[in-house]
Amino acid sequence: MNVGVLVFPGSNCDHDCAHVLKDVLGQNVTMVWHKESSLAGLDAVILPGGFSYGDYLRTGAIARFSPVMQAVQEFAAEGKLVLGICNGFQILLEAGLLPGAMLRNKSLHFICRETYVKVENAATPFTNACKPGQVLKIPIAHADGNYYTDPVTLGGLQANAQVVFRYCTVDGKVVPGACPNGSLDNIAGIHSAQGNVLGMMPHPERCVETMLGNEDGRHIFQSMLSFLEQKKVAEVR
Amino acid sequence: MKAKIHVTLKSGILDPQGKAIEHALDSLGFKHVANVRVGKYMELDLQEADRAKAEVVVKSMCEKLLANTIIEDYQYELTA
Repeated sequence: MNVGVLVFPGSNCDHDCAHVLKDVLGQNVTMVWHKESSLAGLDAVILPGGFSYGDYLRTGAIARFSPVMQAVQEFAAEGKLVLGICNGFQILLEAGLLPGAMLRNKSLHFICRETYVKVENAATPFTNACKPGQVLKIPIAHADGNYYTDPVTLGGLQANAQVVFRYCTVDGKVVPGACPNGSLDNIAGIHSAQGNVLGMMPHPERCVETMLGNEDGRHIFQSMLSFLEQKKVAEVR
Repeated sequence: MKAKIHVTLKSGILDPQGKAIEHALDSLGFKHVANVRVGKYMELDLQEADRAKAEVVVKSMCEKLLANTIIEDYQYELTA
């Protein structure tokens, strides 16, 4: 599969994502500079973590106006896979590709540690390799991951199973104490109404190899690849 | 024309920075302080002499970039 990793000034998890897809999972990876205007030939794109444009004004606020983001809008509208991780999620929110906004963490701290997230929807292109309700250990590293949206939008997300990941305890209990940042409803990741755009604060690209102590993040990328493979088989038929 | 723009979190949205400052003020002995809210202040020069036109432009800037209207409110003031 051909996966594009977007690179904004200040992205810093772009090479981690490329390493996972290329070296660990054996896929073709193209690094896409933010000034590019085309995503032709790609099956999926990843908006990586980092501090695009130094987080000036608000996280993701400036990056969303990068030339490549117009192409991402069209790419998403065509139903192709878009994954935003951490700052990538923040950019997708600012771009309106996902609903809601990020507030400063409730504690005001930049939090960098392992979290547990519960897979609330395992029927998505990003989680089909997971069991429903499976608990994944994936690290977070952010200062602005306190997800907020208005009550009507939140109700819609819940009703349409758009909440894909919730912060939980090690044994899968979704309780306020398990939420590291104050996110509404313990939200750690959501997908778009069409299901092809996912934003998540935890970093799956940081936990894909046994050597690094944890492989839980592999499920996310493996799901995407399975989804794309099945789609390709269906298209050939 | 100069535009002076204030962007603040909407009322009802938790402002942890405001809360931290409130506690710091309290421990410094500034009692009877409540509802501290932190915001952003921006000013910019517009090459536009017509106030009505400038207002349209500034409003559009705020809606599109300077404020995230899901969580923030904005106010502006235009001076010659």
